Amino acid sequence: MIVTMILNGKKITDEIAADMTLFDFVRKHGCYSVKCGCETTNCGLCTVFLDDTPVLSCAMLAARAEGRRVETLEGLQKEAEEFGSFIADQGAEQCGFCNPGMIMNAIALFRENPEPTDEEIKQYLAGNLCRCSGYEGQLRGMHAFIEYKKNGGAACGK
Amino acid sequence: MIKIRELVKVESLEEAWELNQKRTNKILGGMLWLRLGNRNVQKAIDLSDLGLDQIEETEEAFSIGCMATLRQIELHEGLNALCEGLLHDAVCDIVGTQFRNLATVGGSIFGRFGFSDVMTAFLALDSYVELYKGGIVPMSEFVKMKRDNDILVRVIVKKCPGHFAYLSHRNTRTDFPVLTVAVSDCGGVKKAVIGARPGIAKLYEIEHMDGETAKRLAEETPFQSNMRASDTFRRHLAGVLLGRAFAEIQGKE
Amino acid sequence: MREVGKRERKKDAIALVTGQPVYVDDLAPKECLVVKLLRSPHANAIVEDVNYAAALKIPGIEAVYTWKDVPKNRFATAGQTYPEWSPYDHLILDQHVRFVGDPVAIVAGENEACVDKALRVIRVKYQVLPALLDYHEAIDNEILVHPEDNWESRFPVGADNRRNLCAHMEDGDGDVEAVLEDCEVKLTRTYHVPAVNQAMMETFRTYCYIDTYGRLVVVSSTQIVFHVRRIVSTALGIPRAKVRAMKPRIGGGFGAKQTVVTEIYPAFVTWMTKKPSKLIYTRKESQIAGSPRHEMDVRVSIGADRDGTIRAIDLYNLSNTGAYGDHGPTTAGLTGHKAIPLYTANLEAFRHVFDVVYTNQLATGAYRGYGATQGIFALESIVNELATVLHMDPVELRLKNVVREKMLMPAYFGEVAESCRLDECLVRACEMIGWKEKYPARDMGNGKVRAVGVGMAMQGSCISNVDVGSATIMLNEDGTYKLAIAAADMGTGCDTILAQMAAECLHVTTDEIFVSGADTDSSPYDSGSYASSTTYITGQAVVKAATELEKRICQVAAGMLECDPEDVEFDGRKATDVKTGKSVTSEEIGYKAQVCNKIALQVTESHSSPVSPPPYMAGAVEIELDKETGHVEILDYAAVVDCGTVVNPNLATVQVEGGLGQGIGMTLYENIQYTEKGKLRNSSLMQYKIPTRQDMGHFRVEFKPSFEPTGPFGVKSIGEIVINTPAPALAHAIYNATGVWHRNLPITSEKIALGTD
Repeated sequence: MIVTMILNGKKITDEIAADMTLFDFVRKHGCYSVKCGCETTNCGLCTVFLDDTPVLSCAMLAARAEGRRVETLEGLQKEAEEFGSFIADQGAEQCGFCNPGMIMNAIALFRENPEPTDEEIKQYLAGNLCRCSGYEGQLRGMHAFIEYKKNGGAACGK
Repeated sequence: MIKIRELVKVESLEEAWELNQKRTNKILGGMLWLRLGNRNVQKAIDLSDLGLDQIEETEEAFSIGCMATLRQIELHEGLNALCEGLLHDAVCDIVGTQFRNLATVGGSIFGRFGFSDVMTAFLALDSYVELYKGGIVPMSEFVKMKRDNDILVRVIVKKCPGHFAYLSHRNTRTDFPVLTVAVSDCGGVKKAVIGARPGIAKLYEIEHMDGETAKRLAEETPFQSNMRASDTFRRHLAGVLLGRAFAEIQGKE
Repeated sequence: MREVGKRERKKDAIALVTGQPVYVDDLAPKECLVVKLLRSPHANAIVEDVNYAAALKIPGIEAVYTWKDVPKNRFATAGQTYPEWSPYDHLILDQHVRFVGDPVAIVAGENEACVDKALRVIRVKYQVLPALLDYHEAIDNEILVHPEDNWESRFPVGADNRRNLCAHMEDGDGDVEAVLEDCEVKLTRTYHVPAVNQAMMETFRTYCYIDTYGRLVVVSSTQIVFHVRRIVSTALGIPRAKVRAMKPRIGGGFGAKQTVVTEIYPAFVTWMTKKPSKLIYTRKESQIAGSPRHEMDVRVSIGADRDGTIRAIDLYNLSNTGAYGDHGPTTAGLTGHKAIPLYTANLEAFRHVFDVVYTNQLATGAYRGYGATQGIFALESIVNELATVLHMDPVELRLKNVVREKMLMPAYFGEVAESCRLDECLVRACEMIGWKEKYPARDMGNGKVRAVGVGMAMQGSCISNVDVGSATIMLNEDGTYKLAIAAADMGTGCDTILAQMAAECLHVTTDEIFVSGADTDSSPYDSGSYASSTTYITGQAVVKAATELEKRICQVAAGMLECDPEDVEFDGRKATDVKTGKSVTSEEIGYKAQVCNKIALQVTESHSSPVSPPPYMAGAVEIELDKETGHVEILDYAAVVDCGTVVNPNLATVQVEGGLGQGIGMTLYENIQYTEKGKLRNSSLMQYKIPTRQDMGHFRVEFKPSFEPTGPFGVKSIGEIVINTPAPALAHAIYNATGVWHRNLPITSEKIALGTD
């Protein structure tokens, strides 16, 4: 079947199988930041935005994104680097494999709620697993990022 | 993993219903559970274009379209104000935000899953399902009905103010529940629901919300063992969580 | 020090946080054959026939291979230095399949869809054999897991395949029975740790291709490129020179990728077809056919006097290596060697005996902690139990017996603790948690109890007299340096910390050192990143290479300045003749090295160590326990580590936090379960529950750095030790809350609420 969607701001039309997942679709179209960690919707590595809403691309049919806007970290490079720098300043990116999914979801969180509490952060990102960091360094990075944003994006992250 | 030959975005419920009469065709919800099976589906029926993803409020009820997501019912202010956050509390630990942005109310309810937080919560409310052919059926009946080829169109929650409490026990925070409990007291009707037994949730209408009742329900409810816990632990937990939920409601009264 | 000790960002950090395509499956050629494995549904069976005629007819299928097609030379898949302690018990495909998931056939095709189809139509006839599924019954059982004649143990570890024995060893000092007999108090307890999966976010994966020279190139998510080269060439029966192995970024390893799990299959396909191929394990495959921690029973006897003097420790562990013996003998050794020395101070005698046995269950491997984790859970728990019996504060009991600097450790290969601040770590961790006020527990009402618990840990830094680390450093013509290593950065940040060390030696900034990662063609030999060796061993190789390179830079500069090399001083920017004050810049020296020059400004050095200095650590935890539901909330975890000099405080801190997280997972949640027929039930992250960020509580990490004289800049290791304290500390806190000792992991809420073990 034919599907058309806006992927990272670019209109893409492709012939696909009905059961192709959105995960396979975005990787086929060069969005390698999107990773698969589990196949059972438990890890959050495959998070993409569907009309600005974070969803698990491994659980969604590409065909269901017909006519919709899909974004991956490839389309959010500025935000990724801005926020990701605070994770990097803690060394909390570690192996990096879970980072794109976690960073996508964190961006979604901060758009909804620019100054979340620790509990709100943990709840919102609960579906993003990380096996390297123990999560604590990620949380420190988020504190620093929130502080930086509060100060209007001034360089106070370090 | 599920194999799908064709995806049909239906234009009417009638079209969906007709397609759904064939055993090899299948209605899609959020696809989170369905996709894990090794099923071969000829025609996957997608209800996305029917405008059924809304939560609508009338004077008497909230009407939740089957394609509304768990995240929508988690965040819906009116609905949660009515049930004192029961629905929020029931779904907020289900896997993760991105998961709940996909999982649909229709899929969660129609599946009548044993592990369902969602079913546990709705059973404690004055809720109904609207079936395309079967009409409006109380949730308490729907939960016992055999799965058929009808379509769940909406879940309806009647506005019956009262007091509500939801508790679950989980091994890790976002895991399937080991046990769920929902309790309500509205319009003079007191209900207690025990879910994740691990079988499908059981609803009881009760006289009193006291320790005695908690103990009795825990004793008479059937429980089984699975990977997450033994029947013994579930029975124990049922007594504990019911007792706590009762106390929570009494605190509110 | 300028660069060592700095909170330097990881060199790959920005690439990782912006999602650049730097991992195996991002880099694999588009036209790769997709390789998948057909796996045995039986725990023990002989493959009588594989009918794959129908599979070959599916469009796009390139090849199907069975046991008939592969070489018959057995090998070990453990990434260890030759000759491996692990037995040679693998074939690429074997007619005898030994666990549910053991590969039966390799299928390669143009795409996933056709390969999946092929897997469904292959018909296998099995002769199903009774399976050995209880490791307590393994020794001398009539079911033999490895009855084959060409099974081979290449190292004297007491192995005997006719007895299902992968290893039996004994070690000791003094007459442990006599001392135990003489002690006023003697306790004997048995503790159990199940298999635990590393569950790194990137599953096992490899792609292969044939290069310009007809050589097989293996690009893999691995910690051990040189061992991969050796094992692949052994398995395929082709010369070493025909194989090149390298790694891109790795999405987590934790020891899992110290075993050759996926490499041999696409290697075989590519070698046979001469086409590029890739094998990406699903999460399910990673769970059922990976390389998890060895399940163990650890029986400890401890003897002490009433005043708390610990005089004897007798430790026996029975280890379940599963269907294959990879890392079996070595992990079981660490169970004693890296636990008992914690109590060196008054120890008069110790004994450590272990058996490692085969079963028809998960084949196991290396997981952070590597056997020490199991031993430390047992020993630290029995010390906590002893404190209760003696009515002593467990911290006081430890301070009386703990190993201290300069002590000779008979239970640690007779090494001396040259650098050790364990006692201070313990005191500080308890201070941080508020031990004095909080021990043992406080009732909070509502059935909630707050309690504290404590545990200590040690590990090693490298495998003494075995591991080799190397570094090549080259001066570039712009005054920057290239550092080539074959240690594997798996997210830990070793590329960065080794660059920090090089920068320190060469008086430049870490930014001016670029690092090229593990590639058997271009990196100097390194055993690989495991056994907590990289910072300590490869780090020393970096220091040696940098020091020698500086000497040579001065020589070249002396030629340019027409002076004696002795008179040249190099400050990283320029080399100056101290007599004349004349100087040349490092850039000029770099260019000079490329013109009419006979002194190579590229130095390779190797390092190995006769000792393996232990890092030490103490962990103290405060929990809130719900007595009715058994739920444990971790409120606070204080960890204090002596890893020697801290090269990069950020990365060291995150190592600690990550290890604590994994330790918490194995203690409370990760619960391996089998069906009656030996099939693993926890074959997904839906059923194998690793902790989420809501299950962890809050961690606080501090360091008490000693100075290790044999380590570069005084470093020891940190990678593994960090996983060891949560199990004993949590079991202790749970006891303090409930009065019940849990000696079997995981300690689920069910066990706590029902008071069972």
